[in-house]
Amino acid sequence: MLRRRTFLQAAAAATIIGSPSITRAASQSTLRFIPVIDLAFLDPVATTAQVSRTHGYMVFDTLYGMSKNLEVSPQMVEGHTVEDDGKLWTLTLRDGLFWHDGEKVLARDCVASIRRWAARDTYGSSLMQVTDELSAPDDKTIRFRLKRPFPYLPLALGKVASPACFMMPERLANTDPFKQIPEMIGSGPFRYVASERVPGSRNVYERFDKYKPRESGTPDWTAGPKIVNFDRVEWTTMPDAATGTTAVQAGEQDWQEAMPHDFMPLVEADSNLRTQILDDLGFTCQMRVNHLQPPFNNPAIRKALLGAIDQEAFMTAVAGSDPRFRYSPLGYFTPNTPMASKSGLDVFTGPRNYEKVKAELKAAGYNGEKVVLLVPADSLAQKPLGDIAADVMRKAGMNVEYVAIDFGSVLKRRVNKGTAEEGGWNAFVGNWQGIDWLNPLGHSTLRGDGVFPGWYKSDKMEALRTQWIETADAGEQVRIADDIQKLSFEEVPYYPIGQYKQPALHRADIEGIMKGTSVFWNVRRV
Amino acid sequence: MYAYILRRILATIPVMLIVAFIVFSLLYLTPGDPAAVIAGEHATAEDIARIRANLGLNDPFLLRFGSWIASIMQFDLGTSLLTNMPVSQMIGQRIEPTLSLMLPTLMLAVCIAVPLGVIAAWRAGTKVDHFITVFAVLGFSVPVFVVGYALVWSFSLKLGWLPVQGYAPIGQGVSRWFQHLVLPCLTLSSAYIALITRITRTAVLEVLQQDYIRTAEAKGVGRRAILFVHALKNASVPIITVIGIGVALLIGGAVVTESVFAIPGLGRLTMESIMRRDYPVIQAIVLLFSISYVLVNLLIDIAYTFVDPRIRY
Repeated sequence: MLRRRTFLQAAAAATIIGSPSITRAASQSTLRFIPVIDLAFLDPVATTAQVSRTHGYMVFDTLYGMSKNLEVSPQMVEGHTVEDDGKLWTLTLRDGLFWHDGEKVLARDCVASIRRWAARDTYGSSLMQVTDELSAPDDKTIRFRLKRPFPYLPLALGKVASPACFMMPERLANTDPFKQIPEMIGSGPFRYVASERVPGSRNVYERFDKYKPRESGTPDWTAGPKIVNFDRVEWTTMPDAATGTTAVQAGEQDWQEAMPHDFMPLVEADSNLRTQILDDLGFTCQMRVNHLQPPFNNPAIRKALLGAIDQEAFMTAVAGSDPRFRYSPLGYFTPNTPMASKSGLDVFTGPRNYEKVKAELKAAGYNGEKVVLLVPADSLAQKPLGDIAADVMRKAGMNVEYVAIDFGSVLKRRVNKGTAEEGGWNAFVGNWQGIDWLNPLGHSTLRGDGVFPGWYKSDKMEALRTQWIETADAGEQVRIADDIQKLSFEEVPYYPIGQYKQPALHRADIEGIMKGTSVFWNVRRV
Repeated sequence: MYAYILRRILATIPVMLIVAFIVFSLLYLTPGDPAAVIAGEHATAEDIARIRANLGLNDPFLLRFGSWIASIMQFDLGTSLLTNMPVSQMIGQRIEPTLSLMLPTLMLAVCIAVPLGVIAAWRAGTKVDHFITVFAVLGFSVPVFVVGYALVWSFSLKLGWLPVQGYAPIGQGVSRWFQHLVLPCLTLSSAYIALITRITRTAVLEVLQQDYIRTAEAKGVGRRAILFVHALKNASVPIITVIGIGVALLIGGAVVTESVFAIPGLGRLTMESIMRRDYPVIQAIVLLFSISYVLVNLLIDIAYTFVDPRIRY
């Protein structure tokens, strides 16, 4: 069968060698960007969609920023003081901060913004649990009076994982956190041009003239001075990623956030194009199982299936065979970050012995119960993950029912706690951002509180998480994270199935794109 | 005639009500939840439940349907659940690209396909007929996206004559508008040309075998006049019918073409809204398409009376 991708690859291959230059005239002051998906939802706090966060960083600013080395430093704040044995934090806003409507940024705006964000975020809820008082004693001061020390306060307020703690005027921040804010007024380096919005196709941003970057530091992801070199940034949604790649190749667009992996050899041969992996933390993938329903309510069955998980197969399916774009074995924290542990990873290395897994599943009590696997058939990444998940479970002798539905239906169905006959499910696959799995505080899908779909409940896991939060000692944190990983391989909250990295594509005359998720300061045309 | 047109227009009202009810019911029964889409992948069941409540999705079916119909009666199509924009504004933004794509495609297809079909009928059984028939079969068989990518490769990447993607509103200049539409229109018209060519060939061939054509030939009427005045006019009823039916084909094809060429038209809006379960937008678009079909059918019925005087209403 002729596939679109195959066809266009062949076409592009023939074109790259010796085709005439067709670069379109580009406005020097406009950056043309293709986001990975459409920006449907503008409020970056009321949703956890990654594209909304990328939009959020243009329009809104954060109190703290994060570097590519995951270090947090002041952004909107001038600095902070910590007193009373870590229980009194006083943050001072820097001078020259304005909202896009011209009003000054005040501390009470920030207090309201923090409250709204905290209602939707794991870090935020943990912070609020230890907060006795959050107040704005004057226009520039934000005060946290805590019940006990919480050393992660700057990290919570500066993390990039979605939803980030974006600041907005008090009148917007008072909106129900489960409703969209009615207008896009932030204090970030770009203004959102609502009048030019075409949902599903186009979003436009203009440089905010009153934005005052930090005067010190080095631009590094969301930390340091945010120096804007374009007057205008235009986002164009391309429903077909192949069309997006061709548009960059033809010079009609400057930057494609996520290029299909299989185009890499073709674009690397074109001297007008550059590719790079912006987010080294990549996408960490998991197969999540329902702990409330058979067969995965049986811990022994969950553990027995570990031997069938072929992370190499999962990652080859989603990112191809190029080792630059995939990583395994993946544990329960993002590889090459401080909390990543090697404990228990042996189970994912070496060839799979499905006969052994079959026998272990049987010994664990598996009797051919149906496993309803939800596969989002419309997701480029999750569909192949689902295909491999079905394959490995079938090879292990499980009775898999492959349910191909669209992503929206998966999101709906996965919150159903009932049996398969009642519209429930047994397993689904998903790709999270590596930045979501950095530590026990923010790793919401590893929690043992029984809240996230899959409903993994473990007092031991919650106790370890609490221990991790309560210690400020880095060595102790590493030890606890290691314990969490060991416990995870015993209780199997979910199956890690590998990490992949997404290449971005841009024209060679675009420089200064920084590591991390896509941000639009420091970028320039040369 | 005018009474007939008025009756047909009035008859669309109950049709629209039935369509509205069916669409609303189908969406109500369809799995998926806009609240889950809005909440995102990190959301818990409680998050989704709160958003559902805020969106009013927990209200009873009849209450929601009644409220929607009441709004429609006041020409209020509602507000998108996701973008928070008025549905009428979203549709308004998308109508121009879709009409810009469909109308030239329709004209291009008719201008190419009808003469081709007539020539194929005239040269039936010859190499010319075989060539046109193969062309028509190819037009049907090759998927729209393959045609699109082949054209992009040839005219955009290889020759650099035309843009790869996008849409330029006509207000930004006719030249830019035209440049952006050439490849999408050629792509979308391929299957449509094939369809009309085949029907025209069959219809004209049948007419050419009639006695009055032989009589006209015997009287010395020229070949061109026989083909395009006598034969084509009498073969027009099935041709007009298939052109009308083809509007549905065009709307279906527009979804793919708009995706391949990144044109922000109604086809893409339909797909995006379905994937996100943006109910107010889906309902409005389906109603719009239904009204379009009814009007197109009405126009076809009226057109019959011009090409065949025996048809009267």
